[in-house]
Amino acid sequence: MRLYDVELRFRLMLGTAQYPSPAVLLDAIKASRSEVVTVSLRREAGGSRAGQAFWSMIRNLGLRVLPNTAGCHTVKEAVTTAHMAREVFGTPWIKLEVIGDHDTLQPDVFGLVEAARILTEDGFEVFPYTTEDLSVCGRLVEAGCRVLMPWGAPIGSGRGLNNPYGLRTLRAHFPETPLIVDAGLGRPSQAAAAMELGYDGVLLNTAVAKAGDPVRMAEAFGQAVEAGRLAHLAGPMEPRDMAAPSTPVMGMALLS
Amino acid sequence: MKISFNGEPREVSGATLALALDELGLSTAVVATALNGSFVPAPSRSSISLKDGDAVEALAPMQGG
Repeated sequence: MRLYDVELRFRLMLGTAQYPSPAVLLDAIKASRSEVVTVSLRREAGGSRAGQAFWSMIRNLGLRVLPNTAGCHTVKEAVTTAHMAREVFGTPWIKLEVIGDHDTLQPDVFGLVEAARILTEDGFEVFPYTTEDLSVCGRLVEAGCRVLMPWGAPIGSGRGLNNPYGLRTLRAHFPETPLIVDAGLGRPSQAAAAMELGYDGVLLNTAVAKAGDPVRMAEAFGQAVEAGRLAHLAGPMEPRDMAAPSTPVMGMALLS
Repeated sequence: MKISFNGEPREVSGATLALALDELGLSTAVVATALNGSFVPAPSRSSISLKDGDAVEALAPMQGG
C-alpha cells in the first residue's frame, strides 16, 4: 500500500493508547506487524516525564508515526496542533480530526475540509478522519488529501461497519485514492469485511487495547486484514438465494 | 510574572519563552510550544517575550489512537 509516496508492506495501522502497560503495547505492535502507529500531543501531568519515556520507546521501534489532532473541535485548534506535532514528531503526516459532536465524536466535516486545505497548502500530508459522505470526501480530495479515512463507526464503539453500502460506494467513486477504515471496529471479522470491500487498510486502537489479551488480538487483526485483502484480490463469489449443490449431481446412483 | 502554564497559574522570571521553559524544567524535554493559542516553533522561543497573563502550552508526545 502506498500512502503519500511511502510504500508499506502491511495494511493495519495501530493506535498506541489505552494499553494495560507499555510492555503490552510493544508486544501488540509487534504482533500486529503494523508499520505505522498513531500518537498524539498532550500536556505532561505535573512533573511527570511519561511522554518523554513514551516517545523514546516508540522511536526505538523505528516505525512511522502518524500524529493525530484528537480532541480538537475547531479548525484553529487542529491546525495549531498539527504544526506542533510536525515539529515534535518530525513528520509531515497528520491524522486530521476535527470533532463535531461530543457523544458520537463525529467529524465536523466542514471544519475538516477547511483544515485539510490549510494544512495541505502548508506542506502537510493529511490523513482526514471523515464520514463516508461522497461529497465531503470529494472536497477533501480537492483540498489535496491523497488518502481518505472514513469511519467504520464512532470511535471506540466497536460497532464495526455501520454503513457498508456507503463504504462500498466510496470505494467505487475513488478507485485511485487509498482508503483506510478508521475507527469503530471491534472484531477482526469487521476488519476483514472492510478489506473485502476493497479498502486499502484499517486503522484501529481500542479493539486491540481493550481486548482481554491485546497481543493476541493484535495478531488476529493483522491476520484478518491480510485475509480480507487476499479475499478482495481473489474475487469473492456473489451470494444467491437458493442452494446450489457443490458435489456433482451427475453420476448419482439410484439407491432408493 | 504570572503566566498560565498548561492551564495552571505559575510564576516565572524569565523574560522569554525559552527562559521560562528552562525555569519550568523543560529545556531538554521534547515538547512543542504555543503562546496564547498560537504555535511557537522551537527556534523562535528565545526571541518571544512573555508578559503577565500569557498562556503557555508545552505539549509532549503521548499515546494516541
